[in-house]
Amino acid sequence: MSSRLLLALPYFTVVVLIVLGLAVMLSKRNVIKILMGVCLMESAVNLFLVATGYRHDAVAPIFTNVPAGPMALPTVQALTLTSIVIGVATSAMMLSFAMVIYRKYGTTDIQKIQKLKG
Amino acid sequence: MMDTFVMRHLPALLIAVPLLAAFVMPLVGGAGRVARNAWVLLGALATSAVGLALAWKVLATGTVLYVFGAAAPHVALPMDSGGIPIRIIFQVDALSALMVVIASLSSLGITIYSLAAESKQSGLETFYAMLFLLVAGVLGMVSTGDLFNFFVFLEISSLAGAALVAYRVDKGVAVEAGLKYALLSTLGALAVLTAIGILIGQYNALNLATLASRMQFTTLDKLALVLLAVPLAMKCGAVPMHFWTPDAYTTAPSSVTAFLVVSSQASLYGLFRILFTLYGPLLSWATFGWFLIVLGVLSMFVGVTMAIPQKDVKRLMAYHAVSQTGYMLLGVGVGLAVLGNADALAKYGKTAMAGGLFHIINHAMYKGLLFLTAGAVFYRAGTRNLNKLGGLGHDMPWTMVCFMIGALAIAGVPPFNGFASKLLIYESVFRFSPFLSIIAMIVSILTLASFVKVFHSMFLGPRRAEFAAVREVPAPMLAGMALLAVFVVAAGLAPQPFIDRLIQPAVEALVDRAGYVAAILGGI
Repeated sequence: MSSRLLLALPYFTVVVLIVLGLAVMLSKRNVIKILMGVCLMESAVNLFLVATGYRHDAVAPIFTNVPAGPMALPTVQALTLTSIVIGVATSAMMLSFAMVIYRKYGTTDIQKIQKLKG
Repeated sequence: MMDTFVMRHLPALLIAVPLLAAFVMPLVGGAGRVARNAWVLLGALATSAVGLALAWKVLATGTVLYVFGAAAPHVALPMDSGGIPIRIIFQVDALSALMVVIASLSSLGITIYSLAAESKQSGLETFYAMLFLLVAGVLGMVSTGDLFNFFVFLEISSLAGAALVAYRVDKGVAVEAGLKYALLSTLGALAVLTAIGILIGQYNALNLATLASRMQFTTLDKLALVLLAVPLAMKCGAVPMHFWTPDAYTTAPSSVTAFLVVSSQASLYGLFRILFTLYGPLLSWATFGWFLIVLGVLSMFVGVTMAIPQKDVKRLMAYHAVSQTGYMLLGVGVGLAVLGNADALAKYGKTAMAGGLFHIINHAMYKGLLFLTAGAVFYRAGTRNLNKLGGLGHDMPWTMVCFMIGALAIAGVPPFNGFASKLLIYESVFRFSPFLSIIAMIVSILTLASFVKVFHSMFLGPRRAEFAAVREVPAPMLAGMALLAVFVVAAGLAPQPFIDRLIQPAVEALVDRAGYVAAILGGI
């Protein structure tokens, strides 16, 4: 496989994951499964961020005993870590919401969780 | 005085103070009710003081730059960085200052109000911790000059907002609204994050000014624009992406709803910042101006027509909030549409934008006031159903006065502040397109009709037996409402000082893209 195609592989994966996440969100009725779809999309975006930071043959910017050649800007990795932490917080909160809703309504079916209308 | 330690670090304190207030809250809460309330009040006062001082400094001396972790701003742009500012930079210009003023005034009012309104609830430490997080998120969104930082604050305000919406479980209904809000916010934030990934992948920068100066407007940038603009339009509650607003605004505690309005406006600020500063002259002015105008007109009209048949007073007000957001979009949209035409811009474009921006602060005040009065009625009468309410004017005269002030202001009746900003919008939009101006006036009339009905069914009529125990609400709730009411009346009686000192600089800041870029890349 040519290296060009290999470099594009993460982006294909991102698209596949986003489409999968959207499909899960739109087709499933169980709230927990919908939230799994959201998590799938979160992972896709994180992968996208990391993928944009990859430079072929570049090294990490740690300045001791550094070999000659280009360095990779580490900003996106830092962003991804932040984004993962935020993702954990949102997932935890939404799952706890789903739990409370199940206790109160006795269902996790999104089409039955519709008391707010108009 | 200007150079004291506090004045130099105002932008950092703007975030640090509410965060400290939030995270120490659970500890202080253990020391009893008095200590907790004192801490809440102290936190709110300190946050507002820092916010107002920062806004004053910006309006007096121009854009304030603050580089986190650097002794002086110029360290942010090292010689060997290739022109990319490192570290997170806060860039508070006049537009940000306007938003900071709104958040400061509103957060102070609602915190004082909530001290009494929430006193019977349990879990108050968490409630106030979340409230301060929401305030910190909003303040961060409007003052940061870094796109990723904007995303982080957007998420902070969304998370805290969703938690507060679901705070009173109310047989699960509030949690349902909270889940809806959290789900949409998360999806929106993911789209924003993808756009940020696209931009940093191309330009190696996250700083707004740097990105703006390097923007090429490639196909990927257009994709990023859509991924930024659509979620932000959704978060500010513009039709056709408004469906979360009535649910979230209705089920949240009233003091929180009043601040959720401000949090929506922070997204509106983000939308304007993206369109005017990040993309700026690369956009087709007319297309995107009309994008905002169409969103605005749809929001105005759909919002008000959905509001009229509502029976739940907070749901009704929530639809009016959607409708009023339309005015801001319309005003600023007209300004954006004529941005390329210097003649039209000077004649009416800037007036339209001034009207739109003035309406943001006015809306935050009178809408906040209205939600607080609705909360006061619910606090005493125990219901929000307009068909069951009635005759409360006898026993709650001050709440009634506050409601009247808010209702007349939202309907654009002189001499209240809603009239001042709507007049600017009417007269300038009329010169752009008379048809749009007429729609705006019709929506105002419908708004007035709707609020006359609400006023009649809540406060007028004979005393009712089921509300025999109803009394005026406690003093802190009245004080919170009075704070907002005073602004509504003051900005209505004497709008000119507000427009000259606060709004006009904000309009100039929004238009002056080169100045925003130069503040980072040239001046330091």
